Amino acid sequence: MEHIISVTVENKFGVLSRVAGLFSGRGFNIESLSVAPTLDPSMSQMTIVTSGDERIIEQIVKQLNKLIDVIKVVDLNETEFVSRETAIIKVHTKDADRAEALRIVDIFRANVIDSTPSTYTIEVSGDPKKIEAIINLLQPLGIKDLVRTGRVAVAREPIRQAVTQTKKVARE
Amino acid sequence: MKLSGAEIFIECLKREGVKTVFALPGGVVLKIFDMLHQQKDLEVILTRHEQGAGHMAEGYAKATGKAGVCLVTSGPGMTNVITALADAYMDSVPVVCFSGQVPTHLIGNDAFQEADNVGLSRPCTKYNFLVKDVNDLAATIKEAFYIATTGRPGPVLVDIPKDVSQNMAEFAYPNSVSIRGYNPTYDGNKWQIKQAADAIAKAKKPILYVGGGVVFSGASQELLELAEMTQIPVDMTLMGLGVFPGEHQLSLGMLGMHGTYQANMAMHYSDLVIAVGARFDDRVTGKVSEFCPHAKVIHIDIDPTSIRKNIHVDVPIVGDCKTVLRELNQILRATVNGDQKDLRKPWWDQIHQWRQAHPLTYQQEKDGPIKPQHVVKRLYELTRDRDPIVSTDVGQHQMWAAQYFKLAQPNRWLTSGGLGTMGFGFPAAMGAQAAFRDRLVLCIAGDGSVQMNMQEMATAVVSKLPVKIIILNNGFHGMVRQWQDLFYNGRYASSDLGTTPDFVKLAEAYGAVGLRANKVAMLDEVLKQALATEGPVIVDVPTYPYENCYPMIPAGGCNHEMILEDPPELKKKQSGAQKVTPEDKDTVLTA
Repeated sequence: MEHIISVTVENKFGVLSRVAGLFSGRGFNIESLSVAPTLDPSMSQMTIVTSGDERIIEQIVKQLNKLIDVIKVVDLNETEFVSRETAIIKVHTKDADRAEALRIVDIFRANVIDSTPSTYTIEVSGDPKKIEAIINLLQPLGIKDLVRTGRVAVAREPIRQAVTQTKKVARE
Repeated sequence: MKLSGAEIFIECLKREGVKTVFALPGGVVLKIFDMLHQQKDLEVILTRHEQGAGHMAEGYAKATGKAGVCLVTSGPGMTNVITALADAYMDSVPVVCFSGQVPTHLIGNDAFQEADNVGLSRPCTKYNFLVKDVNDLAATIKEAFYIATTGRPGPVLVDIPKDVSQNMAEFAYPNSVSIRGYNPTYDGNKWQIKQAADAIAKAKKPILYVGGGVVFSGASQELLELAEMTQIPVDMTLMGLGVFPGEHQLSLGMLGMHGTYQANMAMHYSDLVIAVGARFDDRVTGKVSEFCPHAKVIHIDIDPTSIRKNIHVDVPIVGDCKTVLRELNQILRATVNGDQKDLRKPWWDQIHQWRQAHPLTYQQEKDGPIKPQHVVKRLYELTRDRDPIVSTDVGQHQMWAAQYFKLAQPNRWLTSGGLGTMGFGFPAAMGAQAAFRDRLVLCIAGDGSVQMNMQEMATAVVSKLPVKIIILNNGFHGMVRQWQDLFYNGRYASSDLGTTPDFVKLAEAYGAVGLRANKVAMLDEVLKQALATEGPVIVDVPTYPYENCYPMIPAGGCNHEMILEDPPELKKKQSGAQKVTPEDKDTVLTA
């Protein structure tokens, strides 16, 4: 099963290869990995999309925790989370296709971020299904280049329980 | 006062209580060696190969429980020490390895003797550092020792570029270390410990399965108390030997692929496995799906990743073995009641039956070829009063040593378990000897594996490390030959070593003493002579070449399905076998 694991690490050289080496050395999967500094510049945040059965995921989380440069590991699948991915897609656009390309952009609430007489460069972000969908629609026009960031994700804040709690108290 | 990086290095080592550095120089570490040369507090043992330096540091660490230190140069120095680091990583040995690196401005330029030391060692160290600024050196070394020796111990590499060892900096050694991503858990979860105590109280056929973690944690007293209080039998892993007295009535000996019959049967039929500082390695579990089918499992280990890695665990307890066992004992002292001996009687009756049915055995004929087990047994009987430290290489001799050399205390057993590194034994023995100059240190070796790192005999002679090597010389890579006999139809592909070299002459060539025992009758005398000799000794004992090590669980087999003796077709084949030892006509062996 697919899991999204959020890993807070030291922002030092070599940390990425420690994490990547852990996955390759132990035969774990990485479907995508994204990394960037956090608000605190001494730390980076990694979002790793991986897959495996319960035992493998438990090992992945434990092994990540064991790395000395890893500060915190959260398996987001254990809570509610939101995730997004951005793709930048360069499409060939013959004159006849340019309007169609813009229509697709519009439908997916994507943006054209660069344009030449024969291409559009489109930026789209959303969940993986949305990205797949726009790629499928743009493919007939001719995709020249496609880059994806891999997913980033964050746990949802728990919804405030204030109301229900009051009720409870009242009942008691 | 400002010090050079090299001087800071030395000051840091002194503050860490290091007495001995196993080292081999080279271009980029010359400044450090120059400074080592001008001081008296640290002893430098010059090895003949960096792998030797690494294993010596391991032997030192295993015998003392403190970090072993080695120092190597860049490039090939580093690549040579990798095997030892990988070995230390697998067996959780606290080693701090310092490697030289090309000057910082040349890193990445493919400079002479440059290698990516941090990259090379990443998968085989607990952690590694590249020190880019001399101002960071002291704090880095402090962290390196801290990481190597705390939590689950392991090797740590510190890579020091040439300019960093030469540059000057103000020296200040930090008093403490705080690494936000590294906080090993020492105290076990109290609720889980209570669960464990409950499970022990309920169990009818419990067994303790103890490993190297108990040795490093220094928990052998706590283990003894637990076992004696509850009358639970004790199985030791290869790495755990000595942590529980081998001759103790509760000891079943070693378990696993070449473990004793009773140890493996007790494991298989137990209803509660109490694993302490052991990691359910494949050499212990055999076929995982049929491992301990009737048992609940309690697993005490400081490394959370060890728990539920291979085996389902019912009561996981992450913590230091000593701390957890102490707490467990405390609970049990209050709750264990009634005579435990009576309570455990049916279980022990069963175990005694197993023990009597298939004890460890071999047949030594008076005038026949020397059996390797007999050598180990005699060596054990002749030296047990001297509380020796025993190292081994890897192979048949290692398993026989594990079976017949019944150590009474921990930190006496130096062997390569996880990685199975041939060539480990001799340098490891030297490392232990360097730590304990007055102790008797034995290295039980095979003629195949001892030839890896034989060059360290020069080190042993020059640095006066009087290790006694006993070579069980069967002219084969014996364990390979055994597998070929059992599983490859007796085709000895590249396992026959012939009978070279002449180890007696080889010892003499190095300036050591070489002895040989050709006949059973002279074995004791030769061993005694070796033990009475002051310097390093090689005792070459030509043994029966076709002896196989049993019991044996074939790879992937079940623990209760052991091969206990040579299959009939093999026996027939061997009865006609001959192997001649040409260097001495007296030693012609016939079966």
